[in-house]
Amino acid sequence: MYLILVGGGNVGTNLAKRLIASGHEVLILEKNPAQNQRLANLLGDEFVMHGDGCELHTQKTAGFNRADVVVAVTGEDEDNLVVCQLAKSIWQVERVLARVNDPGHEEIFRQIGIDETVSATGIIHSLIEQQIGGDELVPVGALHRGHVEVVESVLSSRSPVVGRAVRDIQLPVGTFFVYYMRDGNGATVDGDTVFRAGDMVLALVPINQAGALRDVLAAPS
Amino acid sequence: MNVVILGCGRSGATIALQLSAQGHQVTLIEKSPEALRRLGKSYPCRIVIGNGLDDDILQKAGVQSADAFMAVTRGDNTNLMAAQIVQRKYGVDRIVVKVADPMRAEAYRRLGLTCINASALIAGMCIDWLMGEPYKPIDQYNVLAPEFQFEVN
Repeated sequence: MYLILVGGGNVGTNLAKRLIASGHEVLILEKNPAQNQRLANLLGDEFVMHGDGCELHTQKTAGFNRADVVVAVTGEDEDNLVVCQLAKSIWQVERVLARVNDPGHEEIFRQIGIDETVSATGIIHSLIEQQIGGDELVPVGALHRGHVEVVESVLSSRSPVVGRAVRDIQLPVGTFFVYYMRDGNGATVDGDTVFRAGDMVLALVPINQAGALRDVLAAPS
Repeated sequence: MNVVILGCGRSGATIALQLSAQGHQVTLIEKSPEALRRLGKSYPCRIVIGNGLDDDILQKAGVQSADAFMAVTRGDNTNLMAAQIVQRKYGVDRIVVKVADPMRAEAYRRLGLTCINASALIAGMCIDWLMGEPYKPIDQYNVLAPEFQFEVN
């Protein structure tokens, strides 16, 4: 698997470290010469290339044409957008992933066909929401161009699904529980699983059934 | 005409001054208030100070009712992103984008944006003038290294 990362800041550097450790072919592009040198010293020369990842000749040299995944993690949304758009349209890279710094920009990324975006602000916001409310559906991802959502919910003691086996819970069409976390351990959900208060449940739900799923999980108000 | 211009550099300021002088309604978006000195003592157009990639700034500038949008900051990627927001989200179809990198200009031209590359434009027009050829539409001037042929999906 050949992965190209654009942007060697904190996010890019730590991501590269992990990906290299898991044995992938990784190249990280950084345009600042001093930062590039630091990266080369830290990760090894063979993993680092100096250049502007938004430029086509840099992309050509880096081998965008044979990349399996391109990840744009600079601090500038406009740079991440151009990297991903060129990767898809010029180099036909199958999978592109963009860091989006301003959550307000996620919509334009989606509109131009960059479906996979990560927004730190969005994630932290979800985590805060999750801490505040019980039984709330927190969207953690979107599949199939946003038609299906991955949602999680922390069950309160008043949730109607607590204490019941999953096979006895009537779920909206196309919805199912995939995974749950209890006391820091994760497990897959099957028909025999019985939820307890405090479980964090992960579900897949068609976007038009999210309201119905909320009604199933939420404590009556 | 109602025109929104992003960037009060030399290009943006000149366009704003000339369009205003012709009686068009111009709104200029600029991040840095200092850049407005290029407009002279009395501003001939509406000014919105802020980041042209922010929806509230674009809306304040009135892109939703603009006849045309010109992205002419010195940041190629800023111009390309702003242009696509205004095109896709606000449905403006007369959009021109200044792109300094000739290859990026060509790539986005193939994706359907009207991109202007200043050096290619000047070089092409000088050569047409020299050869006595008629001038072409602005977005047809481009210089692409022959070794860099690529196909857009």
